[in-house]
Amino acid sequence: MINKYLGIIENASKHGPAIDGMLEAVHWFMLALFIGWTAFFIYTLLRFRRSKSPKADYVGVTSHNSTYAEILVGIIEAILLICFAFPLWGKQVNEFPQEKDATVVRIIAEQFAWNIRYPGADAEFGKQDINLVSSENPLGCDPNDAKGKDDIAVLNEMHVPLGKPVIIFLSSKDVIHSFCVRQMRMTQDAIPGMVIPLWFEPIKTGKFEIACAQLCGMGHYKMRGLLIVDSPADYDKWLKAQAPAGSGGGGYD
Amino acid sequence: MDIPYTVLPRKDTGLWNAKVGIWLFLASEVMLFGALFSTYILLRVNSPETGALKWPHHLLNVPIGTFNTGVLIFSSITVILAWASLVLKNLKAFKWWMGITILCGLAFLGIKSREYYQKFTHYGVFLRDGTVITGHMKNEDVKLKEGEVTRYISNLQVVNGVVNAGPMKGSEIEHVMIAPDAPAGHGHEAAEHKAEKIEGKDIARIASYGPWYSPYFAIYFTLTGLHAIHVFGGMVVNTFMWGPGTKMYFTNPQRFTNRVEVAGLFWHFVDLVWIFLFPVLYLL
Amino acid sequence: MEATVHDQHGHATDHAHDAHHEEHKELSFFWKYIFATDHKVIGMQYLFTGLIFLLFGFCLMMMMRWQLAYPGKPMPVVGNLVCSALNMACKGLGDESMQGGVMSPAFYNSLGAMHGTIMIFLGVVPLAFGAFGNFVVPLQIGAVDMAFPRINAASYWSLFVGGIVMFVSFFVPGGAASSGWTSYSPLAGIATTGQTLWLVGMIFLITSSLLGAVNFITTIIQLRAPGMTWMRLPFFVWAQFVTGFLLLLAFPPLEAAGVMQLMDRLAGTSFFLPSGLVVTGMPSVVSGGGSPLLWQHLFWFLGHPEVYVLILPAMGIVCEVIACNTRKPIWGYRSLVFSVLFLGFLSFVVWAHHMYMTGMGQKISTFFQTTTVIISVPSVIILSALFISLWGGSIRFNTPMLFALGFLPMFGIGGLTGLPLAFNAIDLYLHDSYYVIAHFHYVVAPGTLFGLFAGIYHWYPKATGRMMNECWGKVHFWGSFVCMNGIFMPMFLQGMAGVGRRWYDGGQTYEFAQGVIHSNVGISMSAWALALFQIPFIINFFWSIRHGKKVSDNPWEATTIEWAAPSPPPHGNFVETPEAYRGPYEYSVPGHPKDFTPQSQTA
Ligand code: HEA
Ligand code: HEA
Ligand code: CUA
Ligand SMILES: [Cu+2]
Repeated sequence: MINKYLGIIENASKHGPAIDGMLEAVHWFMLALFIGWTAFFIYTLLRFRRSKSPKADYVGVTSHNSTYAEILVGIIEAILLICFAFPLWGKQVNEFPQEKDATVVRIIAEQFAWNIRYPGADAEFGKQDINLVSSENPLGCDPNDAKGKDDIAVLNEMHVPLGKPVIIFLSSKDVIHSFCVRQMRMTQDAIPGMVIPLWFEPIKTGKFEIACAQLCGMGHYKMRGLLIVDSPADYDKWLKAQAPAGSGGGGYD
Repeated sequence: MDIPYTVLPRKDTGLWNAKVGIWLFLASEVMLFGALFSTYILLRVNSPETGALKWPHHLLNVPIGTFNTGVLIFSSITVILAWASLVLKNLKAFKWWMGITILCGLAFLGIKSREYYQKFTHYGVFLRDGTVITGHMKNEDVKLKEGEVTRYISNLQVVNGVVNAGPMKGSEIEHVMIAPDAPAGHGHEAAEHKAEKIEGKDIARIASYGPWYSPYFAIYFTLTGLHAIHVFGGMVVNTFMWGPGTKMYFTNPQRFTNRVEVAGLFWHFVDLVWIFLFPVLYLL
Repeated sequence: MEATVHDQHGHATDHAHDAHHEEHKELSFFWKYIFATDHKVIGMQYLFTGLIFLLFGFCLMMMMRWQLAYPGKPMPVVGNLVCSALNMACKGLGDESMQGGVMSPAFYNSLGAMHGTIMIFLGVVPLAFGAFGNFVVPLQIGAVDMAFPRINAASYWSLFVGGIVMFVSFFVPGGAASSGWTSYSPLAGIATTGQTLWLVGMIFLITSSLLGAVNFITTIIQLRAPGMTWMRLPFFVWAQFVTGFLLLLAFPPLEAAGVMQLMDRLAGTSFFLPSGLVVTGMPSVVSGGGSPLLWQHLFWFLGHPEVYVLILPAMGIVCEVIACNTRKPIWGYRSLVFSVLFLGFLSFVVWAHHMYMTGMGQKISTFFQTTTVIISVPSVIILSALFISLWGGSIRFNTPMLFALGFLPMFGIGGLTGLPLAFNAIDLYLHDSYYVIAHFHYVVAPGTLFGLFAGIYHWYPKATGRMMNECWGKVHFWGSFVCMNGIFMPMFLQGMAGVGRRWYDGGQTYEFAQGVIHSNVGISMSAWALALFQIPFIINFFWSIRHGKKVSDNPWEATTIEWAAPSPPPHGNFVETPEAYRGPYEYSVPGHPKDFTPQSQTA
């Protein structure tokens, strides 16, 4: 509710509600503290202004209420950590879905675009090698690798089917970028020299914008991509229409 | 008006100012070198098992390193003796011991620069098939199609025989001659190694053993370079104490002794850093 | 520093008098104000340098705010001025950056990076640590000067050189550093010359802080006046003490990192560059084998303690001002002291909360989430103690007090909004959004800056013997208070809607941002209005040096020892060596005739 009021954007992923729920709880907690202290603050300022209270009290507050309040804050924070924060993150990094049950893609970020590769019919990616990089072959795909023949490469526009988790193997060619889809409640840095897996499960069809969430140079602000969640049928149609990268139609040959 | 405790200790802390200051300063130095040691560990753990970036073991000359370690440890003792002489009010002995300390520092830096020099004349030629041939080489050993090499070759990237970046960009290399190192296991003199000729088109990269060569050399030069700067700094201070700074002994012997003690503490720290550096870079 | 041997134990009271007469040879202007070693003069040097850079950093930001409010529109007047100034310094640079007054993306990034860098390292640190630390700490502990006056001067001049280098970097080919104040590699590794100058500048600034830290800690340990025991130190001194340790221990790793990035840029190493980089379509020529994350670890190992460097001195100032203007002791002095020590310690083990999105395993994430949440507890205690101190007071609403009171809720908002960010899972949503920008600006701008303003108004009479104008001070406060909230409050909403930071066009490209980007105009208006409200302050500040109301040595009727010195304090500070007989905040002691009992008063 408070999130709504603050203008949170719609959620489109399965793990999103848990995150939103936690944010909601933290916001309520903050609001309570804020209102409590503000009320105290204003009341004190009015009551103890010089004209009203010409003589200060050497001792001041003697009750231990503030200590109790602080302990309560500590307890609430501990609950938030143990009951929400740890399990949520644990789920994120430890409970990867099986690759066979998921849409698996490889994303290679570069200044200032998202290269998205699908493994194609054989469900396996072809080799990539830095030494093969050239202007015609920006990702250094190995043309001799059979597994790569049916790979599909697209730029900036990523399609995934509804009803299946998505696993992304994220890396970068040049500098650090960050793959961020706010509606999917998902952000992950793309760090050159590393391949980092991430996953989420869309629960809505539609077009969602991919933003880059790490300063990567002057085009950072427009390093925009689209994540399009299709119904499974639409997705198959789209996939069929894509020419495999290895056959010369994908632009990365 | 005068700042108190510059000479005599404050009762409750038992310290005079500069001593507090130097300990704090050394704490920050520990963090500085600590960060570099952490970098060393990280680079080493991440280094590949094979290929040119493989962590080289026992690449440095251990006897020389050991000797240099000895020189520094010895200077650590002499600097204490210098200070002790002052405490015993023996200025002449102080001059001797401090003089020896300074000479030791000089010797250390001399040996170190000799080691550096050897690294800078030692090259690795990376071939396109992934092998690396290492050995000593001079500018004349690189034969260009046109003209000759006039500047020091540190790090050249070569594509199809043509240098593709840096100051020599565009030069075409015909071939290079390199006297390869003795294969591991043989003594240095044993192998009468002949210069080998490598065609330009087979080369991917020519680099001397400078910091650009690999992460090992990067951290080696950074650590030892920073350490050398510290040695140099310590020597400047020691030389001041030995020379013009001695004046203070006649007006304020206690304060002068304190100063020497502080300089000595710094010198010990510099030694201590080396005592970590030596095994880490030479032995492990 | 050229002391002769004295018996330090006696602390003969007539000693100060004697020395005073010896010193009365006139120093030339040059030695008095330029290569000064007196802590008060150095404090002033820091103050002016810090304020000028603060203003400069603010100007950079106002230019950025134009671009954010009106993306791609030429900036009136200023745009062309900047363009020609840049062109004059470096041919073509102005056309690259500000052609026809329209800001280029690269220039926007430069402004952002330099705004962050300048505000933090050349604005707030010199003010909070350099200026207030230098001027106030020796006076508050009853010392004649800092422990190492010449190192103190060296520290200032190192800062000065660093500042010049940073400033000059705007005028080199390619412009100033543009990889964010965080300068992440590899982006910073492949950036233009400006980045090299940034690194060189940083090394000077770091050196300055290290020298300063050694000096401050030694001074506080060694030069406390007789009777000034640890538990009688004003809280401000404690705050500076902890700040000193943060700088001393957290900065060297960044210095090491800076040296390594410099090596990457100049010596061809690849500490932070992995193998297989492809930059602008070509395989890069470096050996590879390094790690981009290493830079982040080293940077944030400083970066997080650094934010407490920004806030602790401000908290210290606020505590002094509140005690003085409520006319009662600070509530829970001991818990304040222990909290600040605990905070200082903990701030070394939370740094990776800035790196949640780099791909962190469960164990590491658990550790850093826990420490980050724990570190909020001492902050809560400090804030609570300050709030509760108001209860039972007799509150005077003068300008310093207004700023101090303003600090409390502003820091509160900033601190509270740090909480959601502390949780790794929530950061999936909020990372790198304007929510983060709003979070930390609430702590550093209406937080720290208000604390600093409070300090300036509070100690002005000590430094000059005159008061600043109260009425204009109030205008300054209320104007700043309203505008600051006008700037940063809407940013929370932008952040919640997913608007990213460091976006040159403020989010125009993105559909999801359309609902909130119109507020950019209001934010920018607020920022410019904020600038207008600084004008009375600047005039007041300079005008009062000559024309302010003359006041006695202790116009606020405060208790701490600096008020026992003459205003302005002479070289050597005190007429008689002060001694502390009681705690720092003995206001309204029952049975005493006056409502304040100075620390140095015998009975
Ligand atoms: C002075 C500066 C300062 C301070 C004090 C803090 C304090 C805190 N910060 Fe903040 N932070 C920054 C400066 C600061 N921060 C900066 C500059 C960045 C961005 C860097 C960059 O990327 O460029 C950042 C970013 C940042 C992040 C990373 C976000 C991201 O990049 O995704 C996180 C995550 O954990 C975080 C957490 C916290 C926490 C938990 C605190 C806690 O210490 C806060 C504790 C305080 C409280 C809990 C408030 C207690 C008060 C009350 C209870 C009273 C309330 C009363 C009223 C409101 C009337 N901060
Ligand atoms: C101490 C730190 C500090 C301070 C005080 C400020 C103050 C302000 N900041 Fe900034 N800011 C940062 C640190 C700071 N900032 C950092 C680290 C970043 C991130 C950079 C990055 O992305 O890398 C950032 C980024 C940042 C952005 C995001 C840019 C982007 O992501 O694209 C914005 C946007 O509006 C902004 C705005 C402001 C504004 C309006 C103020 C205002 O509050 C300014 C108020 C200033 C004053 C009121 C000045 C008063 C001066 C005087 C009165 C001088 C008097 C002089 C004499 C008497 C001689 N800042
Ligand atoms: Cu890619 Cu920012
Ligand atoms: Cu932090």
